[in-house]
Amino acid sequence: MTDLAVAAPKQAPGGTSLRRTLAATEIDMRLFGMVLALAVIWIGFGIVTGGKILASVSMVTLAVQTTVVAIMATGMVLVIVSRNIDLSVGSIVGVIAMLYALLMTDWLPNVLGIQLTNPLSWILALTIGIILGAAMGAFQGFIIAYIGVPSFIVTLGGLLAWRGLVWGMSNGAAVSGLNSTFQQIGGGVAGSIGGNLTWVLALIGCIAVVALLMYNRRQRRRFGFQVRPVWAEVMLAVVGCLAVVGAAVVANTNFWPKSLADSYATQNGITPPTGGLQIPSGFPLPILILIGVTAVMSFLANRRKFGRYVYAYGGNPEAAELAGINTRWTIMKIYVLMGVLCAIAASVAAARLNGATLDVGESNELYVIAAAVVGGTSFAGGIGTITGAVLGAFVMQSLAYGLAFVGVNSPTQNIVAGVVLVVAVGFDTFNRRRGGGS
Amino acid sequence: MTLATATPLVEMRNINIAFGGIHAVRDVSVDLYPGELIGLVGHNGAGKSTLMRALSGAHAADSGEILINGQPAPIRNPRDAKGYNIETIYQTLALADNVDAPANVFLGREMTTRLGTLDDGAMESETRKVMGRLNPNFTNFTSPVKSLSGGQRQAIAIARAVYFNARILIMDEPTAALGPAETAQVHNLVRQLKSEGIGIFLVSHDIHDVFDLSDRICVMYHGRVVDIVKPSEITSDEVLGMIILGKRPGEATAEELAQFTATPG
Repeated sequence: MTDLAVAAPKQAPGGTSLRRTLAATEIDMRLFGMVLALAVIWIGFGIVTGGKILASVSMVTLAVQTTVVAIMATGMVLVIVSRNIDLSVGSIVGVIAMLYALLMTDWLPNVLGIQLTNPLSWILALTIGIILGAAMGAFQGFIIAYIGVPSFIVTLGGLLAWRGLVWGMSNGAAVSGLNSTFQQIGGGVAGSIGGNLTWVLALIGCIAVVALLMYNRRQRRRFGFQVRPVWAEVMLAVVGCLAVVGAAVVANTNFWPKSLADSYATQNGITPPTGGLQIPSGFPLPILILIGVTAVMSFLANRRKFGRYVYAYGGNPEAAELAGINTRWTIMKIYVLMGVLCAIAASVAAARLNGATLDVGESNELYVIAAAVVGGTSFAGGIGTITGAVLGAFVMQSLAYGLAFVGVNSPTQNIVAGVVLVVAVGFDTFNRRRGGGS
Repeated sequence: MTLATATPLVEMRNINIAFGGIHAVRDVSVDLYPGELIGLVGHNGAGKSTLMRALSGAHAADSGEILINGQPAPIRNPRDAKGYNIETIYQTLALADNVDAPANVFLGREMTTRLGTLDDGAMESETRKVMGRLNPNFTNFTSPVKSLSGGQRQAIAIARAVYFNARILIMDEPTAALGPAETAQVHNLVRQLKSEGIGIFLVSHDIHDVFDLSDRICVMYHGRVVDIVKPSEITSDEVLGMIILGKRPGEATAEELAQFTATPG
């Protein structure tokens, strides 16, 4: 590829019209490929299951199942981009999930007299959990960045030690029965925002898509740089809004289970129509949390100095150091962020379980790393996107969910997941080498 | 051309740097005046780059003192050096290959909007301006710099050093990767920067470059300074003799000189 072609793709149209269209929209080809892969998986399983897997209820379930891994994958991208690794995330989730459960059921009521039904119960638990997550991340990050122990070793130690701590916290017992507001973090009927609010959010989402596109266009105009053709902007806006509205439609056609809807009808004196009352559930809270986390992490990675330093360090650690960047502090901050994300993921995991067992989060580190890597993050450092990692998490979970749906047993699911991981990265490496042109 | 009474821009006094048992720089003292260019020459391993790394903050000196404008200037890391307006073009270029040219030029000193977010537009615009001056052929501002040619990458490293109003510039083999036209461009730039009163240390293996551009030449040998000489008062053969033998022209024995003149013949 010559510089000329890179600099002026619009004046020098080449290749198929699809490629030209994509070039004009400046869409990341890797992300586009991931969306395509996801579509293929869904359509494939859709055909095999006669469309059952594409029903709203299973799509929502799939999405909620993905959140715990996807939330952590957004942080794992930055860890791997900075040429590090974090093997301890699953165990940190275990510790913090157990902490939430013990705080709400035992420590807060018995020490501070804050009962399970008190709103302070979930507020305090969540706050303490997130602070502890940051502290655990900071502790590991300090050893990695300032003492210089390799991250693989430090977090391998964390993987073992934190998991042991989970056992110590509860003396080996499982803890259940959490605050009802806290449980909503896990989704379900109570943890979904309902039909009307879903439409409002979808509208806000569409406005955000258009506003973001217009802002970017204005920023580039400000300096007289080339902007996308108007038709490409319109196409991006339409596709973006369709995706938002599509998600809202799926969420709002996921109706309350019949038994719940019936009892709601009886309570409110409504005569249910034949086939029962259809009450839209709307977006589940864990999905909204994931969307929020993805937006914040993308913002940190792309629009803040912190993100710029992480990527520059991953590309050339010595150059970052010589440029005067405080690289140790940057690395430590990544691990603090990772700890906070583990705490958020732990809240979803604990809420879904309505408690904590000894094995919450076990082997999550592997799925989180796999999601980041399938999403295009390179172990050589410096390359990877937040959105890619979230899509990677969806790809891996969709495969597992689809295979389980058609009755494939779990050992076979693991074989497929392992093969897909290696094939996806192999394909990516091949593409990069061919297109790298260095 | 420099006034002997003026305060030196940089004074490095009795600098020592050792790596384990290897004494890379021994008791080196050198000064630099505004608008002056000092060429640093010597063998591989003579200590030129190591001495410069002490000034740019990449590696702290074990002992000795650095003064900037006559004031003691403790330089412990690259941030300190940049605080004294010391800019460095490293032999390795020190570019982050995975990000684009504007991100490299502004690395560590990003422009931000009022909201504290990166102002990529402004950085690209400024990079376009400085590149227009340095290398008008440079047009690729959005690809990772990995995909650029050696000359273009060099231009980014130079742009980074000159954009931020350097007062002291360290150039470590700045033309090693360049063709003749690009080398001439760098020489013109060096002369222009000197006329603006910037003091420059030039580390180079190319004796002709050094003779062309230097006001004084500092010859190093095994970590020591052999001598600091003016190019008008010495021949390039004599400088070569100092580089190879580590002795001033008068000090070398006739035997050594005979050996030296015989070898290249």
